[in-house]
Amino acid sequence: MTAATSESVGLISKFRVMFSVHYAEMLTYRAEIALWAVATMQPLIMMGIWSGAGASGHFDFDQIGVQRYFIVVYIIRQITVVWTIFHFEWLVVTGRLSPMLLHPVDPSIRFILMHLGEQWTRLPFALLFAGLFLAAYPQTVTGGPGGELWWPGVGNILLAIFFSYFAFILLFYMQYTLCMAAFWYERVAAMDSLIFLPYMFLSGMIFPFEVLPDTAREVLLWTPYPYMVWFPASLVVHGEAPVIKGLLIMTCWLVVFYGLSRWLWHKGLKHYSAMGA
Amino acid sequence: MPAVSVEHLSKTFEVADKLPGLMGTLRHFVHRKYRKIEAVKDVSFHIEPGEVVGFLGPNGAGKTTTLKMLTGLIHPSCGKVDVLGQEPFKRRPDLLKEFTLVMGQKQQMIWDLPPSESLRINAAIYGIPEKEAQRRIDELAGMLSLSDELTRPVRKLSLGERMKSELMAALIHYPKILFLDEPTLGLDVNAQTAVRAFLREYNKKHGASILLTSHYMADITALCDRVIMIHHGGLLYDGSLAGVIERFAPFREVKLELGSEADENLMTRFGEVESVEGRAVRLLVRREELTATVDRLLDELEVTDLTVTDPPIEEVIGRAFNTDKDEMAAVDARGGADQ
Repeated sequence: MTAATSESVGLISKFRVMFSVHYAEMLTYRAEIALWAVATMQPLIMMGIWSGAGASGHFDFDQIGVQRYFIVVYIIRQITVVWTIFHFEWLVVTGRLSPMLLHPVDPSIRFILMHLGEQWTRLPFALLFAGLFLAAYPQTVTGGPGGELWWPGVGNILLAIFFSYFAFILLFYMQYTLCMAAFWYERVAAMDSLIFLPYMFLSGMIFPFEVLPDTAREVLLWTPYPYMVWFPASLVVHGEAPVIKGLLIMTCWLVVFYGLSRWLWHKGLKHYSAMGA
Repeated sequence: MPAVSVEHLSKTFEVADKLPGLMGTLRHFVHRKYRKIEAVKDVSFHIEPGEVVGFLGPNGAGKTTTLKMLTGLIHPSCGKVDVLGQEPFKRRPDLLKEFTLVMGQKQQMIWDLPPSESLRINAAIYGIPEKEAQRRIDELAGMLSLSDELTRPVRKLSLGERMKSELMAALIHYPKILFLDEPTLGLDVNAQTAVRAFLREYNKKHGASILLTSHYMADITALCDRVIMIHHGGLLYDGSLAGVIERFAPFREVKLELGSEADENLMTRFGEVESVEGRAVRLLVRREELTATVDRLLDELEVTDLTVTDPPIEEVIGRAFNTDKDEMAAVDARGGADQ
């Protein structure tokens, strides 16, 4: 076995243990996390609003299309929830970041694993709610009288899962970049609005992109936001999306935010005074 | 090569002052006034491998700031820190695996899980295989008598049990250097004794260097042969524990048992009278006058018993920290004249 293989085995084993412990931690809050799954039901509310619009025939989608879109958005949203800024602020203000800084593993890796642990706790509840919805509205799957059965295909589902996790990592590093301000200003959670508001309105979570004029859609496709919800949702609902373009644009944004967060991290550590530690 | 080497270390913080009241709040919001605090001033020392050193100073003396600089958590304003031949601020993983910092109340344990889970995660972070991690957990838990508590949630543990868990988490990678900030703070006497015994055993077994701050002198006297004292950010003393008394206690305590009732006025001729109770007398006598005074006491009084002791170390150190710099210079000058 080469040294590189041995190291990668070590890393996988390391991450597996870290994930399992954080998963166990999150499971202790299962009741709370079930409520979070309920709290992320906003796409289902939007579904109610847009279903009426779809039925009116004024838009380029129908009622069943809207239901399929927003139920997928609800699932994708479970994967892309990022809360690291609130946690990071708490760590910095209370000085609890200090022990993590003395570990030979970058704290961001641990934060990502915490998110995955939390996701895996929340996801079963979300899938249950989605299943209940589909049971209540079977035409979403069957397509109703004369409609087509909804089956996006394994390939599209796998691609959508891949892009959903890619979107999670991208959103994580976007928020993590803002977290770095905590080294200078300590209280930074409010800054999350800088990312969350555009995310809400430009990701496809509030409205399907089909309602936008073509020019606006083209411009938005150069920003990271459509790739966080609309892009993977389109793969599942419509069975198509600009995969190569999406991959390139998401990679570019990830490089930008990852690089920026690392640069700020090194600058920030020099300012860090280990408050209260 | 020293395990830890510190040369002319200084740290200056900028802090914003806020006046009380509404006006103070508004002024603080609109135009903050900052002032500089010199937390550590020109401190130099070395710690050899395997050495256990007490790091003493009153609250706000700069002990924790120094520890944070030694571990690379904060950058010094000037000076040089070298830990096992590396600068800790560079945070190289190979160095991070060689030392640990335990800060009394800042736990790295996951609150809602048993300590065993936090220990697993720490073992993974340090790349310790699971079997070896379990062996170390068993060993450390045995040394700290904590085996039965490893499966209870941390929030259900007593303060002493949590502190022991913290120590286990901090030592699972067998570090060569331990920076311990008040490791026995808030513990009861039994837990303090257990932690001291554990640290002594760990030091012996792993040859680790330990730099320990504590407000409990019992920790220092039980573990340290050498102490470093800082006050107002500056180095006050670096030497043996016994040397602290030599340097900062210019008096010896003389306890006398006389053949008859003692006369307090008469006793003032021999030294500073601490107490007179019947035939028992306690005097403080200057170190350089001790021999002559004891001769005179034996010649002039009917002495049935006489003992000479050093004042308690707590008192000596407390007196050293309460002495201002001018007095310290005078003590130094007298020390120099004595030699």
